[in-house]
Amino acid sequence: MSTAVEIADARANKFGHQLYAGRARAIVERSLLALRSSTWVPIATGFVEPVLYLLAFGYGMGELIGNVDFGGKTIDYTVFIAPGLLATSAMNGAIYDSTWNVFFKLNESKLYQGMLATPLGPLDVALGEITWALLRGLSYAMAFMAITAPLGLVPGVAAILAIPAAVFIAFGFASFGMAITSYFKTYQQMGMINIVLLPMFLFSGSLYPISVYPDWLEFLIKLMPSWHGIELVRDIWFSAFDNGTLIHVSYFCVMIVTGLYFTTRRLRNLFMR
Amino acid sequence: MSESLISARGLTKKYGDFTAVNAIDFDVAKGESFGLLGPNGAGKSTTMRIIAATSQRTAGTISILGRDPEEHGPQIRAHLGVVPQQDNLDGELTVTENLFIYGRYFGLSKKFIRAKIEELLEFAQLEEKRNVKVDALSGGMKRRLTIARALVSEPDILMLDEPTTGLDPQARHILWDRLFRLKETGVTLVLTTHFMDEAEQLCDRLVVMDNGKIMAEGSPLELIKVYSTKEVLEVRFGSERNKEVAPILRGMCDRIEELPDRILMYVEDGEALLEEIIAKKLHPTTSLVRRSSLEDVFLRLTGRSLIE
Ligand SMILES: Nc1ncnc2c1ncn2[C@@H]1O[C@H](COP(=O)(O)OP(=O)(O)OP(=O)(O)O)[C@@H](O)[C@H]1O
Ligand SMILES: [Mg+2]
Repeated sequence: MSTAVEIADARANKFGHQLYAGRARAIVERSLLALRSSTWVPIATGFVEPVLYLLAFGYGMGELIGNVDFGGKTIDYTVFIAPGLLATSAMNGAIYDSTWNVFFKLNESKLYQGMLATPLGPLDVALGEITWALLRGLSYAMAFMAITAPLGLVPGVAAILAIPAAVFIAFGFASFGMAITSYFKTYQQMGMINIVLLPMFLFSGSLYPISVYPDWLEFLIKLMPSWHGIELVRDIWFSAFDNGTLIHVSYFCVMIVTGLYFTTRRLRNLFMR
Repeated sequence: MSESLISARGLTKKYGDFTAVNAIDFDVAKGESFGLLGPNGAGKSTTMRIIAATSQRTAGTISILGRDPEEHGPQIRAHLGVVPQQDNLDGELTVTENLFIYGRYFGLSKKFIRAKIEELLEFAQLEEKRNVKVDALSGGMKRRLTIARALVSEPDILMLDEPTTGLDPQARHILWDRLFRLKETGVTLVLTTHFMDEAEQLCDRLVVMDNGKIMAEGSPLELIKVYSTKEVLEVRFGSERNKEVAPILRGMCDRIEELPDRILMYVEDGEALLEEIIAKKLHPTTSLVRRSSLEDVFLRLTGRSLIE
């Protein structure tokens, strides 16, 4: 058994030891404990929402629309929207954990302040919270896959890679979402997040190809992370890789790194200055 | 004095243009119990946070266990148990879960923490509440849990920012006793308080702070000796007449303090002075002779009472 002091001293000469104690998992453990006693409603909503969309749009509107052209192929409308909805649910789950939950812990419960009075560093807190958001994204993606596969909406075995892809984009959203939230002080500012998110998701092509838009709007949507997320999962779903796929991946790499950088920096300035 | 565990020189903290801690010097020896006293806004909590390596100084130097918190924050925090002025327990978790997860933040093994929890529940007298969510505890219970939580890592230095605020008298006395026992095991205590009886009971040495500066330093007895007289005569004439008689009383001893409800007169022999006053037919409605306390030192140094 090592004491708290021995554990901390062992890292004293490691690079970045002031920011990271290598214990993000302690934060995940904390979330697991809290989950046991929390309400399941928001979590369940995350599971049900994309399935409802799938039913309403796929089997409802799909009857009217029929087929869609994608990557030179003609595919059934319901099959077309399935990966988009998978991506959307993963992103939504990640956003829920990294915005409202984080806001509460930062401003109401002063939880991070307590954590940072221990040898933990701000990067432990950021990574731990983001990992938790990813686990949620992962469980949504797996559940969605489990529902869509029996319905014949999954084109092939390779589509299983859409699950790690969903987690990857959830990482981007969680990391960026937490960074933005850490700068917000009031509920009004937090409300803005919702105002931005709703149209972003509606217009980002989960339900139809964005080529229907005028050029300027198409260009604007292509700047949005939600579009890159949906396209990435769709590329994988249909094994339709091209240069665009690489761009989507890079987009999220940048999002992850910037998000982590600013979250860590902000937590440090808030609680350790 | 044995080796000093904490040593500050010219320690300064500014928030923008505002100086919260203004070039203070102090040392805390190993095993000592060191107190920071001062009115609201004196800079006590700010100083505590700098020692706890959760706030960075603006100027000056500080070393804790021979290390600079700017370089070795996590290593210093591993030695500390911190009780902040405001509880920041994990409201979503139960009493035992709070203790458990806090130990995990220090990287301690589950086995070690589980054994420790029993000891700490006993310490905080929360055995019956072990599976209760923290949000459902009373204020005093939360305070006790916060203190227990700070001990989960077996700290060498315990930082207590107003530890007994919100505790009932019985719980306070029990806590003093526990802190005393911790001290006997070699734990160094650094605490702030607004209660002079607490400071007299717990502190080997203390500093009085005001406006970010240290006004005086010493043991409680030394401070009383230097900054106050042996006895204090408290007299009341009713709020109307206090103003009237004050100038007369002023001539009868070296120092008096006019408080809103009473007048304090600092003398060596309180009874003798009271007789003199009565001989002048001033007839106070009530009178009391008592020994000087830290409260009087405080009033002298800051012109304010400890609890505002
Ligand atoms: N984060 C901050 N930003 C700006 N000013 C601050 C901050 N923290 C403290 N101050 C100011 O610094 C001064 C000292 O505050 P501090 O909390 O150290 O006082 P204190 O002695 O602990 O008082 P109290 O007895 O009320 O707890 C106060 O004037 C306070 O307003
Ligand atoms: Mg304070």
